[in-house]
Amino acid sequence: MTLPSPVVDLIDIGAGNFGSMSRCLERLGIPYRVVGPDSPPQGDRPLILPGVGSFGGFMQALRRNGFDQILMALLREGTPYLGVCVGLQVLFESSAEAPGVKGLGLIPGHVAPYRSGKVPQVGWNQIHSCQPDTWDDGFVYFVNSYYAIPTAHDAILYLADYSGPFCAAVQAAHLTAFQFHPEKSGAFGHSLMARWVSEQTGFSADLDFSREVRS
Amino acid sequence: MTPASGLCKRIIPCLDVADGRTVKGVKFQGLRDVGDPVELALMYQEQGADELVFLDISATVEGRTTMLEVVERVAAGLMIPFTVGGGISSLADVKRLLERGADKVSINSAAVKRPELIREIAEECGSQCCVLAIDARRNANGTGWDVLTHGGRQSTGMDALAWAKAAVALGAGEILLTSWDQDGTLEGFDLPLTRAFSLELTVPVIASGGGSGPESFVNVFLKGQADAALAASIFHDRQWTVAALKQAIHPQGITVRL
Repeated sequence: MTLPSPVVDLIDIGAGNFGSMSRCLERLGIPYRVVGPDSPPQGDRPLILPGVGSFGGFMQALRRNGFDQILMALLREGTPYLGVCVGLQVLFESSAEAPGVKGLGLIPGHVAPYRSGKVPQVGWNQIHSCQPDTWDDGFVYFVNSYYAIPTAHDAILYLADYSGPFCAAVQAAHLTAFQFHPEKSGAFGHSLMARWVSEQTGFSADLDFSREVRS
Repeated sequence: MTPASGLCKRIIPCLDVADGRTVKGVKFQGLRDVGDPVELALMYQEQGADELVFLDISATVEGRTTMLEVVERVAAGLMIPFTVGGGISSLADVKRLLERGADKVSINSAAVKRPELIREIAEECGSQCCVLAIDARRNANGTGWDVLTHGGRQSTGMDALAWAKAAVALGAGEILLTSWDQDGTLEGFDLPLTRAFSLELTVPVIASGGGSGPESFVNVFLKGQADAALAASIFHDRQWTVAALKQAIHPQGITVRL
């Protein structure tokens, strides 16, 4: 028996929630290869960057061994990308969380803090699709104190409400990113991951969770 | 404070785990086996639980090692966040649990003994995974609440609300607030306690202790202003499924994930 060939590259920069995203892909039966500063991606597979933590700390981890430059080059060439949480925020130019720290700047806009309600936002919130024909509404799990404000409104893929509307996901050409955690958002969150992977690679993920771990 | 319009109130079943099995008892007395934690976790996920909390009440080193295996199995299967607490005394304990796949850890007595542990966890792993559990009991003159430690056996004489505020300043991301006056009574959550904490704190408050029928949950969310509510007995005893509970409280104005 041969191992299935990877269909996506999962980025591990030694920060954030690499483990929970790898377990999510495993539950979905999506074969992946681990890439990062020590084993750079070649751009032959779509990239997934999971994230949790602070904007400044995350950018610092991305820059190790010049990995941010490698990533930038691939993303400029059009390699499909899915970012999660801080993996969304770093696509923008800057964040109020780390003044003076530059983001990747691939999507015009900045990252701002919530001004009311409890911070961080912790829990399930409903997301409303700006592309309802192709992306469904649903409940997803958030843990965030900051959110992105894209300059161009049409970069917003999902909106949600936390003491006012905010951008819950973005899509600009080959870049897609979720502020929430699909890997912790139950069957709906997993279906969003499967949907993106299928769109990018044609790979059909296993959405039958009835076989979940009985070992 | 402006209501967080779209955010759902969370329903969190709690599983006490001893030596790899889920157990149940009132105030740690008369424990009985209620099942495999992984199977129960997946069942509650299926019912629509928003998160799970596992409390390791093993008394031995072997029990703690077994807990790590339980955490790993839960992490592999579960698609919702889960918190692990019980017996955590150091940053190394925290990292071991997070590495095995826990999303958050809940610390209690160890933080009372050494509050800096909160800062260490927040700096190394992020506030989002640092839940401070407080066991609170109304003080003798009825003016506030005292912090209890060691499973409610010791009173510290510390004011619980002052402790919660200090913990948030050190980096605690959520407060798991258990009323020792209500715990195990099935008489409803402690509304004055929950409300006092929720209005004073800037981070989410998870109410615990006394949860019974839908009315107690409606009250703790509307009157207590809780962000989440945790319960064990009503779910383990199969009185209520999480889904049935949510269906019952939703028409009464509680935003829940259905």
